[in-house]
Amino acid sequence: MAIVFQKTKGLTDKETHYCPGCTHGIIHRLVAESLEELGVLGDAIGVAPVGCAVMAYDYFNCDMVEAPHGRAPAVATGIKRARPDNIVFTYQGDGDLAAIGTAETVHSATRGENITVIFVNNAIYGMTGGQMAPTTLPGQVTQTTPYGRDVNYSGFPVRVCEMLSTLSGVAYAERVAVNNVPNVRKAKAAIKKALKAQMEKKGFSIVEVISACPTNWGMTPVEALKWIDDNMIPYYPLGVYKDETEKGVHVK
Amino acid sequence: MAEKFLMKGNEALAEAAIRSGCRHFFGYPITPQTEVAAYMAKRMPKIGGTYLQAESEIAAINMVLGCASAGARAMTSSSSPGISLKGEGISYIIGSDLPCLIVNVMRGGPGLGGIQPSQADYWEATKAPGHGDGQVLVFAPASVQEIVNLVGKAFDLAETYRMPAMLLADGMLGQMMEPVEFPETEPVVHEKPWALTGTKGERKPNIVNSLYLQPKELEDTVKARFERYAVVQEKEVMIEEYQMEDAEYAVCAYGAMARVVKSAVVKARAEGIKVGLLRPITLWPFPTKEIASYGPKVKSMLCVEMSMGQMVEDVRLAVNGTCPVGFFGRTGGVIPSPAEVLAEIKKMAGGAN
Repeated sequence: MAIVFQKTKGLTDKETHYCPGCTHGIIHRLVAESLEELGVLGDAIGVAPVGCAVMAYDYFNCDMVEAPHGRAPAVATGIKRARPDNIVFTYQGDGDLAAIGTAETVHSATRGENITVIFVNNAIYGMTGGQMAPTTLPGQVTQTTPYGRDVNYSGFPVRVCEMLSTLSGVAYAERVAVNNVPNVRKAKAAIKKALKAQMEKKGFSIVEVISACPTNWGMTPVEALKWIDDNMIPYYPLGVYKDETEKGVHVK
Repeated sequence: MAEKFLMKGNEALAEAAIRSGCRHFFGYPITPQTEVAAYMAKRMPKIGGTYLQAESEIAAINMVLGCASAGARAMTSSSSPGISLKGEGISYIIGSDLPCLIVNVMRGGPGLGGIQPSQADYWEATKAPGHGDGQVLVFAPASVQEIVNLVGKAFDLAETYRMPAMLLADGMLGQMMEPVEFPETEPVVHEKPWALTGTKGERKPNIVNSLYLQPKELEDTVKARFERYAVVQEKEVMIEEYQMEDAEYAVCAYGAMARVVKSAVVKARAEGIKVGLLRPITLWPFPTKEIASYGPKVKSMLCVEMSMGQMVEDVRLAVNGTCPVGFFGRTGGVIPSPAEVLAEIKKMAGGAN
């Protein structure tokens, strides 16, 4: 019998710990499939964050290191400088990347570090039980913004792709979502393009993935996917923010 | 005979690291260790190595973590306030069983403190380099030549025991110029089957990690690490014993401070006081047994440090009441003079301790 579909070799058989309706599983699969399809799974070294995806090292079927909170791009930099021909990616959430790890994110980007960052933005701290994230929307209720995020008091949500696209070291920055099938397809294409940019040593690449957290948003999975369309995408518009993948960012 | 070079401590340190096979240096500028970075910046590009100026001390130590996880000999260098920032990364490196070299050219503290030589980070280095149960190897050179010798040893032992090594120096040693010889032996190459190299589809993934959510699993991991520490404590202690054969009194000091003490010991001997010097070269593992053995033999000990008294606690624990242990120290970047130390030795010999 012909095999028409099978699970990617890029994921282990370990059951994930993610909540029902969480879209981390989809994003893991997209990254794993992309690595496999590009033929670089055996060269891949992944960096797991602190946050919901902390145990990503159990799920990706490639060499993995678990970084301190926010430091994944620095850890990835160290790996890449030691092994420039391996494919090095980080997988980080919004608290990890855009709060405690802002400096590491910005500086690895501006260095044009040849790494790929998968940035999962679900507008909340999931693992610790739903506190305000740097990307929590204005008015959004969380455990630590019980009356809704007051931007005059807590500040404004960070738009990471827009911010990083101003930096000369960034070869590729795209924001995607995984709340419906067309968006999932676009997300995979973006992840592949980002990894390919790294394979061709074009510079820093980042794919921001708008992701659902039904548990901490207090919604059903279906409501959460709709909430992405209605609330997140208007604040975080999808699209390519920077594409220098043709000529790359490095000065010849 | 090997060629001799006249070099600053910081530069000799950097050259020794390169000759020990280190090709990856990640740092952030801070006085008084900047020459290490400057030397690396000049040399590394010429030999295919990496000198990378990180955005912060935190990023630098995490670059070391990543680089070490990929199997490379990696190092960072800083001074006291910078080492505090690296504490998080050092803890993760300990918890991930990774080898690396961390240099602390100590300056006065706490806070921004000062930029003059100090030994006030002894506790931090030997007791709490980061959160959690864990240790780093700590080497305390007392001359530029010893810096060179210990850098190679630090990398070698770090890789043997899969733990970070720290070279604890001070601004005096870092800035001091002395003639040095570099060892002509090739650095020892350790197999690293745990390193992240990519599976190439030929083996199961390697995972470098410090997270264990099951308490028993974490306890077992920590206990296994401490079994290695016990081997280190058994096999790797280094101490210089100077004029201790007939000593009635002992002075304990390490690093550059020990050189001042040695001058004072020579003067005291000339005045007829039978005093010797115990100079721990490894601060962790601490030469507990060696110092303890002198407890019943001497009338009294004196610990001299450029701090308010930190190593003195380990000396007291070592001798465990078998002899009195006094303390003399200056802090904040003030270096005790040989005359001051001599006066303290005389006080001790007069029964002050």
